[in-house]
Amino acid sequence: MGIENLLLGFHIAITPFNLWMAVVGILLGTVIGVLPGLGGANGVAILLPVTFTMPPTSAIILLTSIYWGALFGGAITSILFNIPGEPWSVATTFDGYPMARQGQGGQALTGAFTSSFIGAFFSIVLITFFAPLLAQIALRFGPPEIFAIQFLTFSSFVGLGGGNPLKSLVSIVIGFILATVGLDIVTGQLRLTFGITELMRGFDFIIAVIGLFGIGEILLSVEEGLSFHGTKTGMNLRVVLDTWKILPRFWRTFVRSCFIGFWMGFKPGGATPASFMSYAFAKRFSKNADNFGKGELEGVVAPETAAHAAGIAAMLPMITLGIPGSPTAAVMLGGLIIWGLQPGPLLFKENPDFVWGLIASMYTGNVIGVLMVLAFVPLFAAILRIPFAILTPLIVVVCAIGSYAVHNSMLDIWYMLIFGVIGYVFKKLDYPLAPFVLALVLGDMAENALRQSLIMSQGSLAIFFTRPIAGAITAVAIFFFAMPIITPWWRRLRGLPGGRKTPSLD
Amino acid sequence: MRIADIVTAAVLMLLGGVVLFDAVRLGFGWGGDGPKSGFFPFWLAAIMVVVCGVILAQAWRGREEKRFVSREQLGSVLKVLWPAVFAVFLMHFVGLYVASALYMAFYMRWVGRHSWLLVVLIALGISVGSFLVFEKWFLVPMPKGPLEQWLGY
Repeated sequence: MGIENLLLGFHIAITPFNLWMAVVGILLGTVIGVLPGLGGANGVAILLPVTFTMPPTSAIILLTSIYWGALFGGAITSILFNIPGEPWSVATTFDGYPMARQGQGGQALTGAFTSSFIGAFFSIVLITFFAPLLAQIALRFGPPEIFAIQFLTFSSFVGLGGGNPLKSLVSIVIGFILATVGLDIVTGQLRLTFGITELMRGFDFIIAVIGLFGIGEILLSVEEGLSFHGTKTGMNLRVVLDTWKILPRFWRTFVRSCFIGFWMGFKPGGATPASFMSYAFAKRFSKNADNFGKGELEGVVAPETAAHAAGIAAMLPMITLGIPGSPTAAVMLGGLIIWGLQPGPLLFKENPDFVWGLIASMYTGNVIGVLMVLAFVPLFAAILRIPFAILTPLIVVVCAIGSYAVHNSMLDIWYMLIFGVIGYVFKKLDYPLAPFVLALVLGDMAENALRQSLIMSQGSLAIFFTRPIAGAITAVAIFFFAMPIITPWWRRLRGLPGGRKTPSLD
Repeated sequence: MRIADIVTAAVLMLLGGVVLFDAVRLGFGWGGDGPKSGFFPFWLAAIMVVVCGVILAQAWRGREEKRFVSREQLGSVLKVLWPAVFAVFLMHFVGLYVASALYMAFYMRWVGRHSWLLVVLIALGISVGSFLVFEKWFLVPMPKGPLEQWLGY
């Protein structure tokens, strides 16, 4: 039955229009991934209004292709310019940039793209098989289970996110509070508007994403003083083929990184830690461990495989549970609602053409993607040779256009600027932005699930513990919340040095 | 960094207080048919106030020597920000395309010191290009001003 559905999906994904959307998406996405300040999340957010008039399947193919493109684009800037375009490509710079400086840029890029493709492919195959199963299970979920899963989502930011867990918690809470602003649809009361009419419609997360990630990021990059010292790409068919001959040697790294990526990725905010973890493991087990950090191909392969596997795995909870695993997936979820689809397990029942079209397009999109980036790397790299005094205002203008287009409201552009400043300050002070955005997106859903659960139980919180599935999920969530307290204590008990610094999420 | 941390935590605590105030007005207890409107915001704000209090205390005791932002850094950030604010203000009167062209031209000339020819070409090119893409191709309307009106849009 799974195969039939996938074939149905391919019928939809390979229509000329949808293939064209994938090509356009990959192209835009790679450009977005290369540009500083424009990442997957706000690239998708800016282009969301453009898709309002398209059929939903074509629209999601365009947006997911932008996401795949952004994942590829991050590798280009990391390797050639030592600038991680995206947080998950930081680990790629460790060995990618040294390789490029030694004139092996072509090798590094080929290695990066190929491993991205393999990581992505692995995750897509797993999604093809697991998504319908997970959706089946999720169909039986009631409000307590849904709330428990949301609780788990946010607990993993606090427990596994790295950085200061208290600040992660604050980010989550602010996101939820902003989500409650406006009309309460259950009671019809106005909340947190203080008599200001403009606040009645609340804050749109798309604007928040564009401001926090777009404007905030551009402010951070001008602060650091943009100066690009690019190296030559050195790409040609010969280099590609030669690198492909070497790559099978790293099969162990590939397998390990795929699993790390998928496992980390379907939990929220997973791509960045997955890439670091995979790099660390590769270094630990490699025969050439000494060469890591000096330009070792395996050091490019490991983080890229994991980052892409994780990036794709983030789509799994979004299509099956309606809970996004990353800010980019969150924006797509917002898109689903705008296109009139109900995200969650029912999608598989009610819109099989949409879901399977999406899954099949992941296959086609990544094949198109890897071929396109391999062929056009020099063009994409040329983008960064545009002077930053042109790029910076251009990105601000593009962000403004995207913000306005959502509701045709000037006020949203002002909000975007304010969110930009907030994003800049938060990022500098280590308040993570990803949980903020996710909380803003999921706020209404979480509150409704909580309300309905409490109504079911006449106001007792015990309902989250006594139902078997909800109870198990809640227990894990509480464990994650307690992790920052348990970990130092556990380390001291075992005589290990405490206070390990983990790279903060996003 | 330390001062910025303290100030941010304090501001967030204050915001939490404002939310608490509104949640109490709405009622955060059990209504006739479930939790009242203020229930969810109340507990969120309560968590926020407490956690920000802890962050504030941590920052107060900590000794972070790193500066939050240096004078030059702040300078380059403001160089992007205030023209952008001014441009958005202008958009209310002249529309997005004209304001964007002016903003791009101003920034390119002022910060990038590019030649006037390039400045004019790029600023006009971007504005006309985005006009064609959004108004013509995608049919997404942007704020327009007297210039577009004069041109018949």
